[in-house]
Amino acid sequence: MADGSIGLWTVPLAVLGGAIRVSTPFLFVSLGECITERSGRINLGLEGTLVMGAMSAYGISYLTGSPWLGVLAAGITGALLGALHAGICSLPRVNDIAVGIALMLFGTGLAFYLGKPLIEPTAPRLPAIDFGWWSDIPQVRAALRVNVLFLIGVALAPILYWAFRTTRWGLLIRTAGESSDAARAMGHSVLLIRLRATMVGGFLAGIGGSFLSLFYPGSWNEGLSSGQGITAVALVIFARWDPMLCLWASLAFGGAAALGPALQSVGVTSGYHLFNAAPYILTLAIMIITCSPKRTLTGAPAELSITR
Amino acid sequence: MTTEAADSTEAAGTIASAAGPGFFQRHGATIEYILIPGAALAGALVVFGIFVAMFGKNPLDLYFYMYYGAFGTWFSWQNTLTRAAPLILTALCTALPAQLGMVIIGGEGALLIGALSATSAALALQGMPPLVVQIAMVIGGVVGGGLWIMLSGALRQYRGVNETISSLLLVYIALAILNHLVEGLMRDPASLNKPSTREIGAANMIGSIPGTDVHWGLVFGLIAAIAAYVLIYHTVFGFAARVTGGNIRAAKIVGLGVSKLILTICFLAGGAAGLAGMVEVAAVQGRTNANLAAGYGFTGILVAFLARQNPLAIIPVAILLGGISASGGLLQRRLGLPDASVLVLQGIIFVFVLASDALYGRIGFLKGKS
Repeated sequence: MADGSIGLWTVPLAVLGGAIRVSTPFLFVSLGECITERSGRINLGLEGTLVMGAMSAYGISYLTGSPWLGVLAAGITGALLGALHAGICSLPRVNDIAVGIALMLFGTGLAFYLGKPLIEPTAPRLPAIDFGWWSDIPQVRAALRVNVLFLIGVALAPILYWAFRTTRWGLLIRTAGESSDAARAMGHSVLLIRLRATMVGGFLAGIGGSFLSLFYPGSWNEGLSSGQGITAVALVIFARWDPMLCLWASLAFGGAAALGPALQSVGVTSGYHLFNAAPYILTLAIMIITCSPKRTLTGAPAELSITR
Repeated sequence: MTTEAADSTEAAGTIASAAGPGFFQRHGATIEYILIPGAALAGALVVFGIFVAMFGKNPLDLYFYMYYGAFGTWFSWQNTLTRAAPLILTALCTALPAQLGMVIIGGEGALLIGALSATSAALALQGMPPLVVQIAMVIGGVVGGGLWIMLSGALRQYRGVNETISSLLLVYIALAILNHLVEGLMRDPASLNKPSTREIGAANMIGSIPGTDVHWGLVFGLIAAIAAYVLIYHTVFGFAARVTGGNIRAAKIVGLGVSKLILTICFLAGGAAGLAGMVEVAAVQGRTNANLAAGYGFTGILVAFLARQNPLAIIPVAILLGGISASGGLLQRRLGLPDASVLVLQGIIFVFVLASDALYGRIGFLKGKS
C-alpha cells in the first residue's frame, strides 16, 4: 500500500471514479430528456446536441478563456437545437422521432464542420474540487476529483423531482404529456409548453456536452461522444421518467463505461472493445428486462409516441 | 411510418372530391411525391449555400463543384454510382420496416455484421471455386445482417422494446464486436497499423461491371430495390405488411400473423444492409476492418426518408446522395471545405424533408377546388 500500488483495487476504484466522472453527461442528457418526454415529445436529437454542446463549449472557452462562458454557450446552443426540433415538430403530420434522427445527424455534422479548427488548440478546462485530500493513495484522489457540474447535476435531480410534483410548471408539463386535450381545455398551448420543455431539455444536454470537452475526457475530437446521447435517451425510459431514478441510472452507467479503461489499466486488454460497449449492452439488457409488450410502462407519459 | 397511410388516403380523397379533374388533379398525389421532396432538396441546397457563404466561400462555386464532382464527368458518375450501391441497400433497411410503421435506424450495425459474416464465410472456404465463395459470402452477409435487425424486431414484438433505440444501440455493439474480432481472433498478423482480417483473395472479389469501374454491388442494389418494391406493392405479403403498418389492431382482427410479418420484414431489411456490408468487402475493401463504418448506414436512413420509404424511389435518391458524398472530395480540394460539410448538407436536407411532410395535401393547384 505504502508504495502507492493497490493492485486489483484499481478496478473498483476506477469504476467508482467513473461513476462520478463519466456519469455527468448521462445525467444532464437524461434529466433534459426527462423534461422533454414528460411534456409528451421525444427528442432523439440529443446525441447531436451533446456533440454540438461539446464543440461550442470548447470553442468559446478557447476564444474567451473562460470555461464557464463555454458551458453557457453549450447550453444556449442546445436550447437553439431544441427550439429547432420543437419548431419542426409543431408542423402538422411531422414525426418527432424522425426529426430527432435528422437533428442527430445535423448536430454531429455541424459540430464536426465547425470544430475542425478546434482539434489542435487547448482550451481552458473546468476546475475540479478535490474531495480526496484525506487520502495518500493517488488513485483515490483521482477518483474523488469531482467537477462542479456533477454536483449541479446531482442537485438538479431532486429539484426536478420536486418541481414535477408541486410547481405550476411541472404540472403543466405533465398535463401536456398525459393529455394534450386536457391542457388545451385549460387554455394552454400544448405546442408552446413542448417548445419550452424541449428547449430546456436541449439546454441541459448542451451542458452535458460541455462537460465532455471541458472536463472529461477534456478535449475536442470527433469521437468524443459515440452514442452517449442516445444511451441517455434510452436511460430515461427505464428510469420511468423519474428524475431521481435518472440519477441512479446515470451513476450505474458511468461505472459501466469506466469498466473498460479500468480493466485495461490493470493489464486486462483482451476484451477492451467489448468492455467499452458495456453501457450499450447494459442499456439493451435493462430495456429487455423492464419493457413489456402487454402493458404500457408505468409512469410513461400517455402522449409519448415511443411507448406506443 | 403511420403518417404515410394517412397521407395517401387524404390525397385520394382530394382527388375524388375534384369536380372536373384536370391533369394536375388526377396525378396530384404522384406530383406531390416528386414536387415536395424536390422543393425540400432545393431549399436545403439554398440554406447550405448561405451557410457556406458565411465562411467566405462562393455558393455558386459550391453548386458547380457539387454538380461537377457528382455528375459532371464519366469518372464522377462512376464514383457516384459506386457510393449509391450500399446506400440503396442500407436505405432498404429503414424503408422495409417503415411499411410496418417501425422506425429502424440500425442499418450501419447490420452492414458491419454482414461484412464480418461474409468475410468469415470467405475465409472459411478458401480454396473453393470463386463462385462458391461469392455465393457463400452473399448468404453470410444477408443472414448475418438479417438476424441482427431481426433481433430489434423480435425485441419490439416480444418485449416491447422500442426498435429505434435498440437498433441504434446495436450499431455501437456491432462496432465493438467488429473491433474486438479484427484486433483479436480474426486479425491478420501482417496488418500492423490498421488491424484487419486476412484478405478474402483477389479471385473471390466480385469485380466491376464490364466497361466501367462500378462494381457489381450496384446491380445487387437495383435487384434488391426492385424485389422489395414488388414484394411490398404486388404481393399479398406486402399488402398484409402495409395493412399492419396502417392499423395494427385491424391487422390483428383480420387474423394477420403480425409477429411473423415483423420478423420476416426485419430479417429482409437487415439482410439488405448486410448485403451492403458484403459488397463493401467483396468489391471495395477485400477484408474487414474499421474502415467499413463509413456511415453508409446512417446516410441510408436519410435516403429512405427522402424517398418516402418507397423502394423504387430509393434508387434515384441513393444516386443523388451518392453524388453528394462523391463530390465531398472535390469540395475539400477546390473550396477548402472540411469533409464534414457533406454531413452538414445531409442534416439540412433531412430537416427540410421532414418539415416538408406538413405540405402534403395542401398545395392549392393540385387539390382541384380552392
